[in-house]
Amino acid sequence: MARSLPLALLAFLVIVVQQVTQWTETTYYLTQLTMTAYYSLVIVGLCLLMGYAGQISLGHAGFFAIGGYLSAMLTTHDLTPHQGLATIKVLDALGLLTTRQDIFGAAILHFTPWAACITAVLTAALIAFCLGIPVLKLKGHYLAMATLGFGIIIYRVALASRLFGEADGISEVPGFTLLPGLTVSGDFASRTSNYYIAWAIVLLAMLLLSNLIHSRIGRALRAIHGSEEAARAMGVDTARCKLQTFVLSAVLAAVAGVFLTHFNGGIGPSEAGIMKSVRYVAIVAIGGMANLWGALTMGVVLNFLSLRGFFGTYDDAVFGIILIAIMLFAPHGLLHRGILRELKTLFRKDDHGAA
Amino acid sequence: MALLEVSHLHKRFGGLHAVNDVSFAVQPGQIKAVIGPNGAGKTTLFNCIAGTFPPSEGRVHFGGQSIEGLEPHRIASRGMSRTFQNIKLYPGLTALENVMIGRHCRSRAGFWAGMLRLPSTFREEREIRERSLEFLELLGVADLAGSEATSLAFGQQRAVEFARALAAEPTLLLLDEPAAGLNIYETAEVARLISTIRDRGITVLLVEHDMSLVMDISDEIVVLSFGQKIAEDTPHNIQQNREVIRIYLGEDDAAD
Amino acid sequence: MTFELFVQYLMAGVTYGFIYAIVAIGFNIIYNTTGIINFAQGEFVMLGGMLAISLHGLMPLPLAIALAVAITMLVGALLEITFIRWLDRPSVLRMIIITIGLSILIREVALHAWGESVRALPYFYGNEITAINIMGARVSPQILWVIGACSLMVGALSLFFRYTLLGQEMRACAANRMAATLCGINPRNMVTFSFMLSAGIGALAGAVMSPITYTEYSIGTGLAIKGFTVAILGGLGSSMAAVAAGLLLGIIEAFSVSVLPLAFQDAIAIAILLIILFVRPHGLFGKKEAAGLKEF
Repeated sequence: MARSLPLALLAFLVIVVQQVTQWTETTYYLTQLTMTAYYSLVIVGLCLLMGYAGQISLGHAGFFAIGGYLSAMLTTHDLTPHQGLATIKVLDALGLLTTRQDIFGAAILHFTPWAACITAVLTAALIAFCLGIPVLKLKGHYLAMATLGFGIIIYRVALASRLFGEADGISEVPGFTLLPGLTVSGDFASRTSNYYIAWAIVLLAMLLLSNLIHSRIGRALRAIHGSEEAARAMGVDTARCKLQTFVLSAVLAAVAGVFLTHFNGGIGPSEAGIMKSVRYVAIVAIGGMANLWGALTMGVVLNFLSLRGFFGTYDDAVFGIILIAIMLFAPHGLLHRGILRELKTLFRKDDHGAA
Repeated sequence: MALLEVSHLHKRFGGLHAVNDVSFAVQPGQIKAVIGPNGAGKTTLFNCIAGTFPPSEGRVHFGGQSIEGLEPHRIASRGMSRTFQNIKLYPGLTALENVMIGRHCRSRAGFWAGMLRLPSTFREEREIRERSLEFLELLGVADLAGSEATSLAFGQQRAVEFARALAAEPTLLLLDEPAAGLNIYETAEVARLISTIRDRGITVLLVEHDMSLVMDISDEIVVLSFGQKIAEDTPHNIQQNREVIRIYLGEDDAAD
Repeated sequence: MTFELFVQYLMAGVTYGFIYAIVAIGFNIIYNTTGIINFAQGEFVMLGGMLAISLHGLMPLPLAIALAVAITMLVGALLEITFIRWLDRPSVLRMIIITIGLSILIREVALHAWGESVRALPYFYGNEITAINIMGARVSPQILWVIGACSLMVGALSLFFRYTLLGQEMRACAANRMAATLCGINPRNMVTFSFMLSAGIGALAGAVMSPITYTEYSIGTGLAIKGFTVAILGGLGSSMAAVAAGLLLGIIEAFSVSVLPLAFQDAIAIAILLIILFVRPHGLFGKKEAAGLKEF
């Protein structure tokens, strides 16, 4: 199948990169590559929403933050003072709670990472669902502003709540043991396994998403993007399709938030900031909107460069410039499907500039 | 029993009374046409029936059930399919993919099935593809299946849009000015096609400007003027109707 | 709540309300001529404040403010000419992304030029502790400057649109671009003017409010979202309704401080925005039919 080729290629590249870093003893790159993988997860989810369903979201960092913050809070907030409560006892009996020692040696009682992860992702999905029903009826500026507003609310709540650590965020987040011997954490020894965990999740997401866009629903999404009225007239439940896509992309963002938070051992309010959301949108736009692989490629390249500090203090400015330049000169992105065709015409007719 | 029954339908846009107390019925197997001068409210009437927007007042029964105010996709899945006055194909999709969208309401694979690529969806997808190709063949444009739909010639786009509407296997087909922008040969082709469609047991309701097309193929004609129904009869009688002649040819000519 | 406190909250609400209204009118002016929402509107306010503060070191206050407004207007015009003028019927999504990009760019330039520090102009009259008595409440005279300047702007704008040729041409363009073109109006120039005008009123508001609200490089986004809330609340495109809506939002916010923590104050505006968008996207004072005709 032609569709599995890019997936195989990606898997191959992931392995090659890891091997190369091992030989050249530059395994410290793996840390940024792991973080890049999680950010790319947000981006491919947003790509599905923006590129295929045609709905802009300027609040996706909000979903990332919901995932990350909830998981962090649930795995660090000490429940010992409330031990007497019946609910806590029930949760404990269900095996959802665990005890560990904090850095000062005191025992703290908190949710297990699995319970926290599932709660966080489900909460994000629920919020996306409740927000999506009214928001997705809006179009254009209204949708952009409404999602931007949602993003700002999440940011403000994170910044203002004692529970979420205010400006400091939450730190000391424990590792997330997926399976015995496989833990998501910033632990130096597990750098390689974390790299593979992150990229395995990205691969899985890409598999599911590329299946989806080539399915009946994917076709319907592209139809909505093309002409919503005609899609409805053909029996496509546009509201439902858009909502499902919105929830799915929010879930991907939340999953990324959960995993990256456990990997980094903490999360801060900047992860919920508007600039993060704008950055995600920028990367999807550069990748060519309706192009999952383009978005992934651009997501990896730009996030990696940004995380390596390549853009220095001009990090945000670079994304602003990229955003404007792309929208002015190549509104279909750098890696859209017609690019080959355009290159051909460019070479054939020298007097004809790039469209 | 009538397949479609429109009773006392009104549509107001602010001060404009675009459809004013229109009632008519479409019998199964009929070809029924709605004609009228520009701005008579034909397309508005259509949009009220297809659910693009709800009527201000009145009822629409389709297959014995009330459908006014329903979402267009619900009406579509009950077996009403349509084309648009200014062709609305999906850009970026091939002609075949456009027709495959037409089969959306005749297939069911959902979000999860699509993501997980279950064997059942695999089979369904193949069936959608094959059936869609059949409809492209019926319209004589199967060789264009792989081309981007919106880059086709106008007549070909009409054909693809027809195929898309038929792919839903409707019981009632709404055609909004199917001959608009076509030359006389293509119009004749459309007329032949509409008859073929009816012979397959599909009821047709069309809005049309081109009188020759309407007179040739329709069983019955509804005439609208300024949102009101002024006549409903067979093509022969409509041609004799003084009121119709008056609105089409103007006051003075009818007085002669 | 004592009566003095009530008046104090009210005055604060009215002050902020006028500022929001000015930002909203900035949105409306550009929206009316182009049909786009300029996401960089808040940055004009920031620029006005920042420029006036820097220029004040070199020249007297009135001159500094006038020059700051002029420079911001120039920036507005340049942005329009460089980034927007030559686009051929761009999609809404494209325009949203471009103006967001512009807002980031202006903000980043401001960050590198002025740093992260919070700045302010000196009080126009007296100083921080000078206060005048209004119905028993002690309020800063700067509040009166803000209210006065903003209401003057609103008044001047409505006269401008009603009685000057340029204003009438801009209105013609907003009402029917094609017909305006046929009458010999160059719609592209009108768009440039609308950017200049919005930048100018934003900058003036930014300078006048600076002594009490302070200015830093990042205030633009918050102002933009509140200005947008007000623009939507009043009905997009209608400037007089924006003033009413601005006062409403300002007063609601001011009084919410007494029941909610300050940090959640922004959340109120956004919650109002979301509710309005869902319930009455045509605004409190707008007509539903008119909104239906606009490209949502």
